[in-house]
Amino acid sequence: MAGGAVVAGEAMMNENPADLAPELCVLAAAVLGLVTGLFLPRARQWPVAVICSAGLLAGLAATAAAATRADLTAFASFEIDPVTHVTRAVVLGSALPVIVLAAARVRGHPRESEHYVLILFSALGTLVLGASSDLLVLVSAYLLASIPAYALAGFGKDPPGTEAALKYYLMGAFLGVLMLTGVTLLYGVGRGTSFTVLRENLGDAPAAAVAVGVVALLAGPLFKAGAVPGHFWVPDVAEGASPPVAAFVTTVPKIGAFAVLYRIGAAALPPGAAGWPALVGVVAAATMTLGNLAAFGQDNVRRLLAYSTVGQAGYLLVPVAMAGRTELARPALLYYLAAYAVTNIGAFAVVVAAGRDGLPGYTGLLRASPPLGLSLIVCLLGFVGTPPTAVFVGKVLMFGAALDGGSTWLAVVAAANTVASVFYYLRWIVPLFGRPDGNAPRPARAPTAVAAVAALASIALGVGSGIALAA
Amino acid sequence: MLSLLIFLPLAAALGAAVVPRRAVTRVWAGACLADLALVIALWVAHGTRPGVSYETDVRWIPSVHAGYHVGADGLSLPLLTLTAVLFAACAVYSLRQEHRVREYAVLFLFLETVCLGVFAALDLLLFFVFFDLSIVGMYFVILLWGHGGRARSALTFFLYTFLGSLVLLLGFIGLYLGADPHTFDIVELTRTPPLAGSAGLAGLTLLAIGIGLGVKTPVVPFHTWLPPAHTDAPAAGSAILAGVMLKMGTYGLVRIAMPVLPDAWRRFAWVFLAVGLAGVLYGALVALAQENAKRLVAYTSVNHMGYVVLALGAAGYASGDADARRLAVTGAVTQMVSHGLVTGALFLLCGVLYDRAGEYGLGRFGGVAGTAPVFSALLAVAAFASLGLPGLSGFIADFQIFAGTIGSGTTAAAVAGALAVLGILLTAGLFLRVLHRVLTGAPGELTARVTDVRRDEAGAVVPLLAVSVLVGVVPRVLLDTVEPLSAAVIALVGR
Repeated sequence: MAGGAVVAGEAMMNENPADLAPELCVLAAAVLGLVTGLFLPRARQWPVAVICSAGLLAGLAATAAAATRADLTAFASFEIDPVTHVTRAVVLGSALPVIVLAAARVRGHPRESEHYVLILFSALGTLVLGASSDLLVLVSAYLLASIPAYALAGFGKDPPGTEAALKYYLMGAFLGVLMLTGVTLLYGVGRGTSFTVLRENLGDAPAAAVAVGVVALLAGPLFKAGAVPGHFWVPDVAEGASPPVAAFVTTVPKIGAFAVLYRIGAAALPPGAAGWPALVGVVAAATMTLGNLAAFGQDNVRRLLAYSTVGQAGYLLVPVAMAGRTELARPALLYYLAAYAVTNIGAFAVVVAAGRDGLPGYTGLLRASPPLGLSLIVCLLGFVGTPPTAVFVGKVLMFGAALDGGSTWLAVVAAANTVASVFYYLRWIVPLFGRPDGNAPRPARAPTAVAAVAALASIALGVGSGIALAA
Repeated sequence: MLSLLIFLPLAAALGAAVVPRRAVTRVWAGACLADLALVIALWVAHGTRPGVSYETDVRWIPSVHAGYHVGADGLSLPLLTLTAVLFAACAVYSLRQEHRVREYAVLFLFLETVCLGVFAALDLLLFFVFFDLSIVGMYFVILLWGHGGRARSALTFFLYTFLGSLVLLLGFIGLYLGADPHTFDIVELTRTPPLAGSAGLAGLTLLAIGIGLGVKTPVVPFHTWLPPAHTDAPAAGSAILAGVMLKMGTYGLVRIAMPVLPDAWRRFAWVFLAVGLAGVLYGALVALAQENAKRLVAYTSVNHMGYVVLALGAAGYASGDADARRLAVTGAVTQMVSHGLVTGALFLLCGVLYDRAGEYGLGRFGGVAGTAPVFSALLAVAAFASLGLPGLSGFIADFQIFAGTIGSGTTAAAVAGALAVLGILLTAGLFLRVLHRVLTGAPGELTARVTDVRRDEAGAVVPLLAVSVLVGVVPRVLLDTVEPLSAAVIALVGR
């Protein structure tokens, strides 16, 4: 295979397809789901949801099995290391509740099975994205993760969904081309596309070319991550697409994007190349500030959550900026990713369950449905980073990484942003305590369960963080 | 045992969530009294020996060396007891609570666990977890049961103290990174102070911790969240906020800032001295100008917490007399306890006024002594305790603080101490003015509505004042417990 020069003593070289078992499980489930969907009557396509869920569960089991083995590199371009294990676990673990949320909504839809299959394909692309250690794999994974997501955004064929899908697609296509430019440039100056090759060669390459190449390369992953400057699609898709799809696109693709961003910083660039900490640090600061400020005035909870995910993306970029500079960067990123995914899925599950978009629609939710109201409070306080939720531990590690990496300013900006974010999360909490106004939302059963499980998982991840971090 | 003490209220909260509505307050009060009995038993068993008792150390987040590490010593025990006493008083006071009583009880029991946790934590991260949760709990108390502009006050409170807590977290992370090996364990950090080699970083870390704890304390100029929060919170909420939660700031200074960053503390002791003095004088002067009784009590808290910070600043002067500095630390701890008891009582008494008249304006009352003699007597005792009359806890605390500050022998501390004595004069004046305007004279427009205290209200306030008298008459019980701790702190700061 091209670029297959492996330095002795590093991870073992390997071309065993079994190493990709979790990915293959998802692929098999997607294909099987697609084929089954063809033969099922239109009104009875729920078995596809079962098949897809089974595929995800099998993938999770395979991930758990893989996590016990030593690190290795498969096909010289696919890393199987702790970052991949966590990416796999979080992506699969997030796609599963999304299937449940979607099932509650698209039951009986003429294209029901396609909906599940698209989710699985996009998740598969994200898995590969997070594990890739070669620019070309990164590009193909980017496309596989993106294209099904564009289709999902416009799935309803209604005007808002179509507009969202169009914006999503144009933005993704444009930034994808920019990313390809960056790949070309880095291939030119680095004489290879594998991260290890790039790391060896980029040190001698012209600094300006490397910087331009890296900036262009970042366009793609930053788009997937919903970070500045590729964040414009986030609020429109969150509002225009159906809520389960919104939950999916604001959670799952980000996971792979942050994983690969971390890899680029830690493994593909020689230390100090392209001013990495400063570059990503500035992007992180801009992302969190912009997301949090824009969330202030939102009265539509889906737009509010969308801007909140932009803000959270900013915090997630902090450990990415510190990649390779401190030992805390990797646990901080991985823990925060898992914590964020759990919290975000939980919050969107509440939106699906309540079926309301306007903030006033949540008046009296705590009385109308205590489990749903409590789950929402836990998730929103979790976003703030209140102990003992999972994001709190993530934030502690993130602050620690920033301080240890020598970017005190970034820690201070993140702290200030956290305080600013309290404001809009509380705006959503306050109406919950009000008096229910006659037509209080009647929550759907399955999404409520998803929300409650997510809230409990958030607390469990926070309290039991020792166990989670040790693993 | 200590973990049982901490989590008993939380368990009771789960119980209160499921029992029938009528039994809720009884479960609440019962749990508080049981916890109080437990903490007294712990104190008696600990006695006056130095060192930490009831230590539990369980691994929690081993990858960053943070553990569930709790313990109680001469500093923790008085504050744990104060917490239990005040929460029990609030439970008794709220026996007649009707508005959303179940949620109220659950929230207060949750807050009790959190507050006890802060005073027992021997791990920075654990301390922070409890510290931060207290903000969340109190936010909901103000938001849901407050009055006036409660939503705004609650938000101000949350944003301010949350920002403070995040700065504090940055400071803690600074300590963690400065320690070798990295750890969040307070005992280990005390044993080998981090950042000993780099004065600049230690100063920055102390600044972060100082601001974080200072917002909570609150010291001037970070006190602006306090008056609205206190004014609009329900009476029991104000009592807990002032009586227990303000102590978290000063407690953190004694528990964390002084022993862990001794060099930096010595170097910047003058800052704490100045900030404390500013709090003393500013708090008293602004309180003097208040028309709203609850706001007035809130500002006297700024004044009293100023004494504590002043004393701790004086204790930082290494060149001073060690005995005097020890006295200052003991005085500071005594002041924390005394202020908790007395301010708690004062806020509950303000709550009685509001319950009857729906109003806090001093000018609209008058001659209350005639219609409500027991209330008036309680208010008078609380006011005298607050201004430091001999025989009450405030005097013991004030005396030690002044003796320790002035006696430490350095000019700056002596001058600051002498100026701070003026604060006593101001508080004396303002409390006499309150008594004069509310209790005596011609009946005001709202006086007719003021009926005397009910049995449950008296049952909440009288014990608080009784403990204050007890501390004032036989202070040795408290002081003997605190003394070894003060000596240890002074030895640590002096190293």
